[in-house]
Amino acid sequence: MALKIVKGSIDRMFDKNLQDLVRGIRNHKEDEAKYISTCIDEIKQELKQDNIAVKANAVCKLTYLQMLGYDVSWAAFNIVEVMSSSKFTYKRIGYLAASQCFHESTDVIMLTTNQIRKDLSSPNQYDTGVALTGLSCFVTPDLARDLANDIMTLMSHTKPYIRKKAVLIMYKVFLKYPESLRPAFPRLKEKLEDPDPGVQSAAVNVICELARRNPKNYLSLAPLFFKLMTSSTNNWVLIKIIKLFGALTPLEPRLGKKLIEPLTNLIHSTSAMSLLYECVNTVIAVLISLSSGMPNHSASIQLCVQKLRILIEDSDQNLKYLGLLAMSKILKTHPKSVQSHKDLILQCLDDKDESIRLRALDLLYGMVSKKNLMEIVKKLMLHVDKAEGTTYRDELLTKIIDICSQSNYQYITNFEWYISILVELTRLEGTRHGHLIASQMLDVAIRVKAIRAFAVAQMATLLDNAHLLTGNMQRNGICEVLYAAAWICGEFSEHLENPIQTLEAMLRPKVATLPGHIQAVYVQNAAKLFATVLKGQEGNTDSTAAQETSQLMIDRLPLFVQSANLEVQERASCILQLVKYIQKLQQKDVEVAEEVSALFAGELNPVAPKAQKKVPVPEGLDLDAWINEPPSESESEDEQPKAIFAKEEPKHSRPRHTEVDEKELARRREARKQEQANNPFYIKASPSSQKVYQDTPGVEHIPVVQIDLSVPLKVPGMPMSDQYVKLEEERRQKERAEKKKKEKKKRKEKRSGRGKKQDSGPESEEDITPAHMVDIVTEEMPENALPSDDDDKDPNDPHKALDIDLDKPLADSEKLPVRSHRAAESLKSPAEDGDVESAAIHAPKKKNGKEKREKKKDKDSDRKKSSKHKKKKQKKEKEEKEKKKKKKHHHHHHHSDGGGEESVQNGTVEDEEPLPPMSNYCLLAENSYIKMVCDIQGNLQDGSQVVVSVIFENKCDSFLKSMEFNVLDSLNSKLQRPEGSGPHDGLTVPFQLPPGVSNEARFVFTVQSIVMPQKLKGTLTFIVKNEDSSTHEKLDFKLHFTCTSYLITTPCYSDAFAKLLESGDLKGSSVRLEGVNMPFHHLLARICFHHHFSVVERIDSCASMYSRSIQGHHVCLLVKTSGQTVSIDAKCDEPTLLGNVLDEIKQTFSQC
Amino acid sequence: MRFMLLFSRQGKLRLQKWYTATAERDKKKMVRELMQTVLARKPKMCSFLEWRDLKIVYKRYASLYFCCAIEEQDNELITLEVIHRFVELLDKYFGSVCELDIIFNFEKAYFILDEFLMGGEIQDTSKKSVLKAIEQADLLQEVTWTPGKNCYV
Repeated sequence: MALKIVKGSIDRMFDKNLQDLVRGIRNHKEDEAKYISTCIDEIKQELKQDNIAVKANAVCKLTYLQMLGYDVSWAAFNIVEVMSSSKFTYKRIGYLAASQCFHESTDVIMLTTNQIRKDLSSPNQYDTGVALTGLSCFVTPDLARDLANDIMTLMSHTKPYIRKKAVLIMYKVFLKYPESLRPAFPRLKEKLEDPDPGVQSAAVNVICELARRNPKNYLSLAPLFFKLMTSSTNNWVLIKIIKLFGALTPLEPRLGKKLIEPLTNLIHSTSAMSLLYECVNTVIAVLISLSSGMPNHSASIQLCVQKLRILIEDSDQNLKYLGLLAMSKILKTHPKSVQSHKDLILQCLDDKDESIRLRALDLLYGMVSKKNLMEIVKKLMLHVDKAEGTTYRDELLTKIIDICSQSNYQYITNFEWYISILVELTRLEGTRHGHLIASQMLDVAIRVKAIRAFAVAQMATLLDNAHLLTGNMQRNGICEVLYAAAWICGEFSEHLENPIQTLEAMLRPKVATLPGHIQAVYVQNAAKLFATVLKGQEGNTDSTAAQETSQLMIDRLPLFVQSANLEVQERASCILQLVKYIQKLQQKDVEVAEEVSALFAGELNPVAPKAQKKVPVPEGLDLDAWINEPPSESESEDEQPKAIFAKEEPKHSRPRHTEVDEKELARRREARKQEQANNPFYIKASPSSQKVYQDTPGVEHIPVVQIDLSVPLKVPGMPMSDQYVKLEEERRQKERAEKKKKEKKKRKEKRSGRGKKQDSGPESEEDITPAHMVDIVTEEMPENALPSDDDDKDPNDPHKALDIDLDKPLADSEKLPVRSHRAAESLKSPAEDGDVESAAIHAPKKKNGKEKREKKKDKDSDRKKSSKHKKKKQKKEKEEKEKKKKKKHHHHHHHSDGGGEESVQNGTVEDEEPLPPMSNYCLLAENSYIKMVCDIQGNLQDGSQVVVSVIFENKCDSFLKSMEFNVLDSLNSKLQRPEGSGPHDGLTVPFQLPPGVSNEARFVFTVQSIVMPQKLKGTLTFIVKNEDSSTHEKLDFKLHFTCTSYLITTPCYSDAFAKLLESGDLKGSSVRLEGVNMPFHHLLARICFHHHFSVVERIDSCASMYSRSIQGHHVCLLVKTSGQTVSIDAKCDEPTLLGNVLDEIKQTFSQC
Repeated sequence: MRFMLLFSRQGKLRLQKWYTATAERDKKKMVRELMQTVLARKPKMCSFLEWRDLKIVYKRYASLYFCCAIEEQDNELITLEVIHRFVELLDKYFGSVCELDIIFNFEKAYFILDEFLMGGEIQDTSKKSVLKAIEQADLLQEVTWTPGKNCYV
């Protein structure tokens, strides 16, 4: 042994450790990749060695490489090996590696369940801690389900260190396995009053996170939290509690009223900025939820705004940012209180930090009124001019448009001003938001009828000066506005003063350099203009003018007919032919103007964007129904790689169920796309217009005007927005004066001396009237459309599953799976068993007598689960029907289900039969008061220890207390008792049991020899306490230490296994099992589960398995099956132990 | 908290801890994107930024950036406090910590982080008890390791 250690450490001297690796990487900066690949080769060699220290070192290095971005998923199994080392040093590294590298789809995770369970119950708190920390990173739904009960027990551990970790990890468990929330919640709640502050704050953390997502289920905890809030001095905890209240108040306004006072007190008193900020935020949230039907809380709002002002004025950029952020929340409900700080916010626009400027911009959005809109926009325009960097300038541009267009142009009193602002914005260099400006131009021109004449005039100038916009290639984004300009001039051409000039502008050769979709609009609208021009000219006696116009069209249009863009080409050639025909008619002196303009008659009305969605579906029309049944999918597609054992139980959790559907959908979508891409007859999306433009032949010959941009642009004849600001001011003043006059008159008539304040006070919002009667055409909506607009919640939100009522009493079916009790089955009534049959339809029907009995046992525990799932499923289905969604998927699902059943009948996919759930807990003893079930596991850390976990279940209506557990020690095995107690003293069970409750306790035994099984007699004494009396009771039991319980699941490599067998130190033995009627993988899974083996290798109907005893004996099995006979050849370095283990295996299978 | 990253000014990742399951590919993409965004920010800018649907809180200590991603409703200032607390813990443990300490003893840095935060939530608000737990756990190690300056070159 000693030699081995020495040898190991000599080996290690030649290995690289982590520091060598890091140093090496730093020294190989040039050929890092090459260096690392040699390192990985070395690591692979190291992992093949038996020495766990070498392996751990290798895994540690891999974890580092993983961080550098290298794939290390191939070493997952080695990580598990290191995790299961008995030495804390290595275990710690193993768990760290696992927490960094494992994720839900890592398949070796399912091998870790027992290891983690063992570590959780380790007497060493740091083992437990390391396991909990690791688990918190890679917990999967399966792990959560299997370990929920173990972790719940740890919440009552004696060490606060473990309690606090167990409490925190429960949150992750809830997310992965929502069914655990209700059973675990009472204990979690208890922890809110834990004597240890760390545990308490952990519990607050978890409940706060839960409540934030589904507040309504946690309202009943409000009084408790209120107490905590007023008593706690820990800022971290306070912040969490306050946040929790922020989530609760929208549901319970009375709570809000009660909160205001303590919160304002805290705001006044605290010196911690984080707490202050949280309080202010919560007060704002509370006030928002109270805003309706409550007396004014202006004092609190004022306080908040004041504090925020202090934050914003602070030199710390972080506080400034947060102050502005919080301000914007107040703004939504109390705009007036914020508006008075306009100066401060405008000041922030000059801040050197861009993120602060952007926050300030957000605020401006809500601060505008009819009165100050022009002023604010003017200021923003100044910023646009001096802004450096396009991102910020583009942001400014969008903000200006947002601010002006918000709530149906509510604050715009003068649309001439707005149009000129938009025109000014077109001069921005390199903006990406041309389309935004364009859509605003279109929107305003269409919806504000009164402005059309002005808009058309502006757009005509824009078209005239189009070369200024398109001159610079960099400014391409802005040419989008020409799209709008052309359309407006065409559509509303009756307002044009000089339509011929505009028509000429639209047919200039340079237009051909514009993007295709804009050219198309040009061509179409040139035709509209043509109609208008004809109409004007035919009125005159001179017919030559009209013919000249036609000639102009015929001369210019061929340019567009040659366009590479299909749309342009098509429209142009169509219109060209039309004009040619018109020209013929004109030459015959036929009046055509009426008929030509009839082509474009009729007015366009805007339609709301969601109108289509709101058209009610006619009765009897099912949009989701298949028109033709889809062809059934080929079965080969659904085939999955077969797992060796431990099949995933089908559909046991709801979230996963939907996920499958989503994945399936995505997969089909992908497949369809692929198909379309390969199908030559499928028309693909047209190539981008940009490209077409570049492909146009002869682009380089077109002269490009470069303009000097250092001089601010002044487009000739274009009005400046400032001019309108001045005009508007004058108009308002005049209006005011008139009003005053009127009032004076009135006053004179009435001869009353009151109302003086009216003329000195500033004009209020309502006083300002729009410049001209602005008729904002509202967008059309279909009849009987519903006004409500429900944004569907994300159905994939993991927190949705945690929306669970916690106040309902716990039902029996909800208990956490405690690796269920084998003996409990006999208690169930036959009636319930009947139920089982009907509930578990999805289980395959093919069963033989023996198996059937076995199934029934296990299914009983399964039944609890499946019935619950059924309920959930029903509920879900109902929801889905309501949404009229996903019907299709369901359909499909049934379809494939049917297919699966069929194949089972054919007997081909025997292996896919789900593995029945198994349990290691067996009945210890039972009477009318209490039931004890136990599980015995060897302790990996200590070769002479065995841990017995006993679940005590109170079966009566009375309280059970003062439980004492005692065992008569034998020479070989002794119960570990606390220091100072005598060898015959009992151990106090660390809890009491209220009626119907069960709880788990662990007892440690020391054993000397492990080669023989043995039985220990023991007694449990306890007091049964009723309301009036209490009696002493006892229950005798026999604890059976099988040899199996000394074995520990240890993974083993096939080459290591082969070496072991070759070494010749092992002695053989064999056993035959007859009449075993179960799939081979079930058989293996049973041996793994009940006897703590792991599969080394499996080839067809033959498998090698390995396990190790707590004292280091190797046990190797070779399992072969043919028909119903199973032969097991075994080798072990301790023949007595082997004999006993084989007997026990035989026993297990004779019970089936 | 969704995740925590430590990276150097040169854009080298020094530590990463993800508190929600994320695919390896997405992780890499997010790390790259986030490092670019944060490193591009000027020194006088505030420590918060909105990124995708998350809020990023970062702080620079010497050559290292500590960067946390939190959710919409989380408190930015307390997250800064968390970062600071973590730095203090590293400092206490290594004795005036520097980037090299974290590079060469990255597993120790992880152990400290794991004692301080679990599943993205604060485990213990007391510095003393975190350090005590780490020291106790270190004592269990086979090869006792004494924190201090090694020669890293």
